[in-house]
Amino acid sequence: MAGTGLKDATAIVGIGQTAFAKRLAEDERTLACRAVLAALDDAGIAPGEVDALASYTMEETDEVELAKAVGFGDLTFFSKVGYGGGGSCATVAHLAAAIASGQATVGVAWRSRKRGSGARPWSNTAVQLPTPGQWTRPFGLLRPADEIAMLTRRYMHEYGATRDHLFNVALACRNRANQNPAAVMYERPLTREMYMTSRWISEPLCLFDNCLETDGALACVVVSRERARDCRRTPVYVHSAAQGLPAQHHGMVNYWNDDPLTGPAWTAARHLWKHADFTPEDVDVAQIYDAFTALIPLSLEGYGFCGRGEGGAFTEQGALEIGGRLPVNTGGGGLSEAYVHGFNLINEGVRQLRGSSTAQVPGAATCLVTAGEGVPTSALLLRS
Amino acid sequence: MLNPVTDTDGAPFWEYAAQGELRVQACADCGEARFPPRPCCPHCQSFASEWRPVSGRGRVWSYVVPHPPLLPDYAEQAPYNVVVVELEELPRIRLVGNVVSRAGAPLGSLDPRRVRIGARVQVVFCDGLPQWVLS
Ligand SMILES: [Zn+2]
Repeated sequence: MAGTGLKDATAIVGIGQTAFAKRLAEDERTLACRAVLAALDDAGIAPGEVDALASYTMEETDEVELAKAVGFGDLTFFSKVGYGGGGSCATVAHLAAAIASGQATVGVAWRSRKRGSGARPWSNTAVQLPTPGQWTRPFGLLRPADEIAMLTRRYMHEYGATRDHLFNVALACRNRANQNPAAVMYERPLTREMYMTSRWISEPLCLFDNCLETDGALACVVVSRERARDCRRTPVYVHSAAQGLPAQHHGMVNYWNDDPLTGPAWTAARHLWKHADFTPEDVDVAQIYDAFTALIPLSLEGYGFCGRGEGGAFTEQGALEIGGRLPVNTGGGGLSEAYVHGFNLINEGVRQLRGSSTAQVPGAATCLVTAGEGVPTSALLLRS
Repeated sequence: MLNPVTDTDGAPFWEYAAQGELRVQACADCGEARFPPRPCCPHCQSFASEWRPVSGRGRVWSYVVPHPPLLPDYAEQAPYNVVVVELEELPRIRLVGNVVSRAGAPLGSLDPRRVRIGARVQVVFCDGLPQWVLS
């Protein structure tokens, strides 16, 4: 059997989250504790049994603080993944690898973030320079939106993608958020007119092409396939997992390799599908990292749902909506549920495969979850 | 405004720019140009590099027009264009910059609607920072 030894060897058996809001009163550490305890409670596993942790390098609550606060046992594996939103799926992948290889038995991945009420990372001039900001920041390319807008403009020029295609993405996410009481954009519908007349952030990206600024925390629990059978919930298996850092890649401002429009998704996808028993055509629902609308057509191409340059057209005829060719971001995504560096996409993938999403795809048995495109990334194939 | 804070690899670029010259790093062994600068050649792994003068002619590969909220100095000039220029003789070398109305003019000096992908541009310099004008 060809494979990584990871295939279906582990499962996500618990998910937890705090409320999502523009402003939450509690600090990140407290929110992290709440999300982790909620996930363990969901799994029916005691905190003392946890022996592995994984999060993002940008996570400010460290393992020592978390372990002490919630009463973990002795930890034998802990890992942090770099590159912001590119790390989301890799946290689960690292736990799966640790558990499948016998390094640990119960792993928790988490992310706690106060982006809604805290300072914007790009507004801190001390950390954006020196390198590699010396090649971009002095010229006023300051924010992630500006950096991704540059690739978006080129993508639209090269392949005829339009603002209507980007609107299709924003609308699909908003429609799902309108069904999800936990979403920041619950009961706040979006129209084409609102989209087309909204203010620019960085042309060609407007307000609704950008993710929310959200406070909130999430966590999930990973255990071995064997252990998963004894848990409270239906296991959601980690079928395949990958990270992707392409040759000559440059994070966020990937303008300098031969082909800047084939981003890290392409690298992660090759490994992901190589070790999977199914193909993009068999994916029932996808949770695709959407800090910006344009990342979805780019990712649809990278993960093989359509050909090169076809990502814009793929979004037509309601393809991304429930009942469409590939329902995406069924909790509302980063654009309309919460922007917590993509961790909400993992938990929503689990809900879909449990059959408990607020926008359930009937009979969903396979789900792709992706992390941030445009930076060194990661992805998971989950199956029930 | 944000001034470039250089590192060891990038410093020569800015030193030449301060003299009004556009140069890019190239491998002293295999000759491949590379950007951004780095210590080692990704093609032949040589640590020997040189700084090659280029014509300063290029084409706009892509561009954006940022709107506030931005850092105060930039918000004052917004909306302005930021472009990626690919160099005429080395199209895989792409530089982020601004198309301005003339050398030394502020970021917002050229109507962003005059910027197009494919537009030919020429480098100029202002206070050690490369800028671009339509050619
Ligand atoms: Zn070389």
